[in-house]
Amino acid sequence: MRRDVFQAVADPTRRAILGLLALGAMTPNAIAEHFDSARQTVSKHIQILTECGAVQPQKTGREIYYHVNPDKMKEIDLWLENFRKLWEGRFDQLDEVLKNL
Amino acid sequence: MAHKTTISKDLAAKKLQVVRHFDAPVEKVWKAWTERELLDKWWAPKPWRAETKTMDFQAGGLWLYAMVGPDGSRMFCRVDLIAVSPRQHFTARSVFSDEQGNIDPSAPVMNWMVKFESAGAGVTIVTEITFDTEADMKKIVEMGFEGGYTMGLGNLEELLAGQ
Repeated sequence: MRRDVFQAVADPTRRAILGLLALGAMTPNAIAEHFDSARQTVSKHIQILTECGAVQPQKTGREIYYHVNPDKMKEIDLWLENFRKLWEGRFDQLDEVLKNL
Repeated sequence: MAHKTTISKDLAAKKLQVVRHFDAPVEKVWKAWTERELLDKWWAPKPWRAETKTMDFQAGGLWLYAMVGPDGSRMFCRVDLIAVSPRQHFTARSVFSDEQGNIDPSAPVMNWMVKFESAGAGVTIVTEITFDTEADMKKIVEMGFEGGYTMGLGNLEELLAGQ
């Protein structure tokens, strides 16, 4: 199974987890408290997010805290930026065509 | 001065939207989108160029074109037109293909909805691109990286030529 940042954001629960962690690192228990889903379901999503590189576990004392990995999340913005450049370039060329019509 | 190209994303809906205004009457803009010799002039990002092989711009029709690279390499793409309402909008499905328009069933599909909205003396083009699956979006994303890189080189060339 391929794991990447796009898979990380494809699921509504995972997006909600990312939203929570954006506010600060949390333990799996603290994350699970925010959801009605079974603990196991939430754990599975955290595992997928970790495999995607979207979040990173960090041990503090006896607890594991999950942090958002901002570099990974930037991949989406980077791609979007390239997509924007493609369309911008294309449409600037269309301006030229229209000028000469 | 070129108008701003606005991009918005809705990853949950697997949707991207591109909005851009043009200072030209809708008749001209529609023509530039639907006549092959005009489309070939602007569709491809530099240093690529578009080369239309066949085009029948009507509902059920097909636009088959190649993106020709600076080294002469060709990447074909087939665009199946689903609904066409002249000077208002069209919808299409776009997928990479071979020269005959045969597609690999695993190739990513992009669904387009292109709207031509009159705004003052010009036209605002609203392009909505949706993907059937998350995997399709991901594949296009990967190609987008390449496309962006190619574009960057094209811009650099222009910049250097202007020195």
